Amino acid sequence: MPATILQTNKKSLKKVKVDTVTIDIIESALRNARFEMDTVLFRTAMSPGIREQHDEFPMIANSDGKMVVGQFGSFIWGFMDGYHGTVEEGDIFLTNDPYSVNGAISHINDWLMLMPVYRGGRLIAWSAMFGHMTDVGGKVPGSLPTDARTIFEEGIVVPPVKIIQKGVLQKDLLDVVLHNCRLPTWNFSDFNAIVAALRTASLRCVEISERFGDDVFYSAMDSMLERNKRAMRELISRTVPTKKQYFEDYICDDGLNMGPYKIACTMWREGDKCIFDFKGTDPQSISSINFLLNEEMFKMFAGIYMIMVFDPQILFNDGFYDLMEVRIPQGTMLKPLKPAALSCRTHALGRIFDILGGLLGQGNPAFMCAAGFSDSPHFMYSGYDKNGKWYQLYQITFGGIPGKPFGDGPDGHSLWPAFTNVPNEFLESYFPLRIDIYETITDTGGAGKNRGGNGLRIGYRFLEPGDISIHDDRWLTYPWGVNGGEPGARSKKTLIRADGTTENLPSKKDHIKVEAGDLLLADTWGGGGCGDPFDREVEKVAFDVDAGLVSREGAKRYGVVIKADGTADLAATEKLRTKLRAARKEVKLFDRGFDTVEELKARCEAETGHKPPQQPVFTNWAQKRIANDEAAAKAAAKASALAAAKGKAKGKAKA
Amino acid sequence: MSYRLGVDVGGTFTDLLLVNEKSGQTWKAKVSSTPADQSIGVLHGIERVCGLAGIQPSDIRDVMHGTTVATNTVLTATGARVGLVTTKGYRQVLQIARSFVPGGLGGWVIYNKSLPMAPLSLTIEADERVGTKGDVVDVLNEDKLRTDLVALGAKGIEALTVSLINSFANDTHEKRIRAIAADVLPGIPVSLSSEVVPEMQEYERTVTTVANSYVRPRVQRYVANLRDKLASKAKDVNLHILRSDGGLASSQSAADYPVNLLMSGPAGGVSGALWVAVQAGFPNLLTVDVGGTSTDVALIMNGEPRLRRETSVGDVTVRASSVDIRTVGAGGGSIAHVPDLTGALSVGPQSAGADPGPAAYGKGGTEPTVTDANVVLGYLPAMQKLGGDMELKRDLSQEAVKKVAEKLGMRVKDAALGIYNIVNENMIGALRLVSVEQGHDPRDYALIAFGGAGPLHANALSRLLGSWPSIIPPGPGVLCALGDATTAVRDESSRTFIRKFADTSKKDIIKDLKALAAHAAKTLAAEKVPAKDLQFGYQVDVRYHGQGLRLTVNVDLKRLEKEGLDAISKPFDEEHTRLFTFALPLEHEFVSLRAVVHGKGVNITRQKSAMGKSDPSGAAVGKQKVFMEGRDYTAIVYDRAKLKAGARIAGPAIVMEMDSTSVILPKHTGLVDAYANILIYPDSHAAVKGKGAAKAVPLKPKAAPAKPKAKSAAKAKATPVKAKVKSKAAAKGKTKASAKRAR
Repeated sequence: MPATILQTNKKSLKKVKVDTVTIDIIESALRNARFEMDTVLFRTAMSPGIREQHDEFPMIANSDGKMVVGQFGSFIWGFMDGYHGTVEEGDIFLTNDPYSVNGAISHINDWLMLMPVYRGGRLIAWSAMFGHMTDVGGKVPGSLPTDARTIFEEGIVVPPVKIIQKGVLQKDLLDVVLHNCRLPTWNFSDFNAIVAALRTASLRCVEISERFGDDVFYSAMDSMLERNKRAMRELISRTVPTKKQYFEDYICDDGLNMGPYKIACTMWREGDKCIFDFKGTDPQSISSINFLLNEEMFKMFAGIYMIMVFDPQILFNDGFYDLMEVRIPQGTMLKPLKPAALSCRTHALGRIFDILGGLLGQGNPAFMCAAGFSDSPHFMYSGYDKNGKWYQLYQITFGGIPGKPFGDGPDGHSLWPAFTNVPNEFLESYFPLRIDIYETITDTGGAGKNRGGNGLRIGYRFLEPGDISIHDDRWLTYPWGVNGGEPGARSKKTLIRADGTTENLPSKKDHIKVEAGDLLLADTWGGGGCGDPFDREVEKVAFDVDAGLVSREGAKRYGVVIKADGTADLAATEKLRTKLRAARKEVKLFDRGFDTVEELKARCEAETGHKPPQQPVFTNWAQKRIANDEAAAKAAAKASALAAAKGKAKGKAKA
Repeated sequence: MSYRLGVDVGGTFTDLLLVNEKSGQTWKAKVSSTPADQSIGVLHGIERVCGLAGIQPSDIRDVMHGTTVATNTVLTATGARVGLVTTKGYRQVLQIARSFVPGGLGGWVIYNKSLPMAPLSLTIEADERVGTKGDVVDVLNEDKLRTDLVALGAKGIEALTVSLINSFANDTHEKRIRAIAADVLPGIPVSLSSEVVPEMQEYERTVTTVANSYVRPRVQRYVANLRDKLASKAKDVNLHILRSDGGLASSQSAADYPVNLLMSGPAGGVSGALWVAVQAGFPNLLTVDVGGTSTDVALIMNGEPRLRRETSVGDVTVRASSVDIRTVGAGGGSIAHVPDLTGALSVGPQSAGADPGPAAYGKGGTEPTVTDANVVLGYLPAMQKLGGDMELKRDLSQEAVKKVAEKLGMRVKDAALGIYNIVNENMIGALRLVSVEQGHDPRDYALIAFGGAGPLHANALSRLLGSWPSIIPPGPGVLCALGDATTAVRDESSRTFIRKFADTSKKDIIKDLKALAAHAAKTLAAEKVPAKDLQFGYQVDVRYHGQGLRLTVNVDLKRLEKEGLDAISKPFDEEHTRLFTFALPLEHEFVSLRAVVHGKGVNITRQKSAMGKSDPSGAAVGKQKVFMEGRDYTAIVYDRAKLKAGARIAGPAIVMEMDSTSVILPKHTGLVDAYANILIYPDSHAAVKGKGAAKAVPLKPKAAPAKPKAKSAAKAKATPVKAKVKSKAAAKGKTKASAKRAR
């Protein structure tokens, strides 16, 4: 029984003709409202994750629940399906359960809130937003346990609930939730901040509707969706070939020393429809690296990626969703069954962008970007300070943006929208640590005509004993290069104890004990290179060497010889480039840095100092349940077909 | 007799406004700018304006100058070769910046980062470390630094920046490095982050200080040159430069801290608008300055422009106080286009600039611009000569606008109106940023439009926002110079002070604020401002402990003395609620303390004219076909110089003057007040209905709660209707439902 929407005004919204300029005006007003949501949230939120790093996503949807402006897939249908109550003016809903909203959010740290927008007793729009809470309880500080087997170990799971009822906060309910979190003040402030953002969006929608009329507002949003669909239809037919394109990429390990896990996808076009099929993706993991991927969310990723690569002028919204079909097999790591653990989904989420690049690029090599910083690696540090007070830091770190047809990838930057780093002086003033090193790592960006960005090194000096957690990836597989570009360097974590001994830390691990004086060198990875490095302008290579972003030795990867005075030796360069070109067998479309997974594993220990991960072992209950459900569905279909046939026969007999 | 002179140097014209301080009489002059050496144009203008007034340049005592030298240096990337000294481990602080990639999801695909203002090849690390509380963790390795500075000097740096970690808490290492640099690199100007912006956040502090170094040599040369040239004409003249925050800096302070001048030009406009509007009785204002490529807007509340702790020029954002001016790439030269894939009409941010300029200029431009739309619509009549001599070519505008009209399948005039409406909407976007987004209801504000093209759009903007009246000052093109001339000397002194309320006391705060005030007052004393004219203001930045924002609270020392820190926390909670709909039951925390000291403002009383008759027909000079709000009208065209105080101009009407053209829409009336401002109101407004003389009807600003009205829901009887948002699962089985959803 889906949700019942209560409206005091029963007159339904009418489709009317709206002139193009009015649509443009409403479009820009809605876009402003969406950015205003961000502004309000950033200013009032308290956790560094939201207020400094901007780990949040806003949207405004039309009364049918389709996103018109924003940054995440429409989930409102799914939400309403799972909610068995009423929706009224002044209500605000909260959930953090990915399984209740078909993956619109993908781990329970993300608190998703939804508000119906009313005017004159009628539902005219929806505003929604989710933000990452630093802690939602569970077995580890930060609520992202690498070794969780079920979602119940990850913290408090809140199904869709009406947290604000006709404008009144359900305080008891919120208290229960907050009581289960380690930093309730942050959650409470961030919660309030999201409410403020939703109310702002709501107010703006009401104002627009007041100015133009409800019917015009409704119809204009419809036209915006239609506009986007028109543009995307054109874009899809121009860029997606009917021939099947296949691409696969990997998550290096699962934190339980098994891996790599494969994500596979095939893309092709039938008529004006673009199909993505994730058949071939590995089954769900027994650990927490699963990523419950919402089909609509994936459409959004794909659509935005296409728009950015081919025509950034197009306004992005849900209008084109009918033009894409996404098939994700049940029981895979992209569609795990409840109660699979989900907290550490960030790696697979990021890797989706590499998959998209690999798929779309094959049909249009000239537009292809390399693989980049497809992740948001986490660093966490917590414990009790010398006054016995609890401190807890959750931080997202950044790395090399890939080389792309339009230029170099920036060094040590974020692939995620609006994300920023936390100022180190801020960290030092609030947490017992010093950031002794904050720099990008020379030569870690993949060589290419357009260079991949360098990875980032953060040297954390701990001033109190505590626990740290590291959640990273790409320590085994490389961020690949394209069209002759080389892969970027892998990630690496080294702990230098106060006494000088060194520990090579694994890429995913919780509960690492640190003492005052210990130094962690957290190296993230570089972006892949794009295009032939021997075609890179010599002066650009010389510039990078002068800046210290590429070493003199590293310049040779571009076939460039740098003299002692820092200038390029043109004659020697020409000679070296000729030699290297001849030695090279082919200009590879993709350079993964390895041929087969087996070959990669064989040299793993020598190169990384870590034993290669073992072949993953999968659960079998999920496959059994799927088989059982499928059989039941088949039987039910058969029975209903039989009944229908009987009914027909009966009808005939009657006639 | 003493005179003061306001000088605004723009890209094309240098405007001057001379004021007789005693009588309040003013003289205006407009001369061509001389971009190669701006001082030539300034001197030429001084001669011209002194000639008009019949005085000698030596009669001028104060010259107040708004300059765009610093801004242009950043925009054209023609600043100094800057060397940078960072703490060990932080050489790439500018390269990494905040790791931010603009453009939303997937924005990285098209993002190409610009190079830092201090190149990595000229950045060195000092072997030193200070902790967050100012404790010295590692002492400075002076020998190594000395060697590295020598090497840096060999690379030909023209300015040096020192920005060390946690220097906001302890500046001894930075100061020591300056001393060493003075020894090793004599003559190279050194900027310290602990002096330019002594605040937490290493990237922001570094980029701000580097920006200071970057523009410093050029600004220094410019100011010195101008000062010398002025001195050759008038020995005892004081040169003041307008700062981004609307205050005045001495020429010395301007040359040392030029990062505070990045908004000098536009701040003059805001000051001018403020002066005009307050005199007309409107202390609450939205200002709109429409230029050729962009529009600057700001908000003034109770006669005080809103400030913000940030200045942005191009893609450089620095931590320097400025009048909260938001700029949108929408001006007379903005180009309209219709992208193939979307088929939507967009305007800007591309601009035809001054060359070739709009098609109407006949200088080879063929793209349809906002100016062309105004020409097609009849708002810029053919008899109007821009800047006094440029003729408008209507046929060329028609031709250009036709290009988008065809793509849209519209008549040319409909497309022109579309361009006009969309550019207005873009300006509204910026106006919303300074009003509704800060919790101010634009209906509580009047709108004042200036710049060459502002008066063309003022009426339409006021109507969209409900901001009445639309004020068109006389001489909208020279308002910046007026603002320069009327600005008072001002300085502020601030310091970072991160402390929970429980960990400090009213006594400490009062003591610190007074110390800051004494420090700021020194600058004014150097400017020869008599102590008795000083006015003090106190501010603190506050937040909830753990929050990232900071809200500025004005502090009344007496109230603080009486009520304790509640005198700060209460207004903070109120402001927080006003802006964000909620307050938190959490501890308050100081972020910084600030004292602001003003000199006495200039006492210019503009002469009031006696109110004359309301019939403006004596000023009518012709008729003009116009297209407004989708209908054809015949508008009467007036010559502004002939309009007398008390005149009532019924819309549709066009009012021309030498440097600007004003549009009055149908069902609106322009009232000419005693100061020659045109105040436009809708005909239904009390100011128009109340017959007789134009009178200011100022509105009191109310706190505008950003709270949505959630009233009806609880009261009205809820009637369930069918859920429009059908579940997916349900839709699968029911064709009816899925058909509905597919819509």
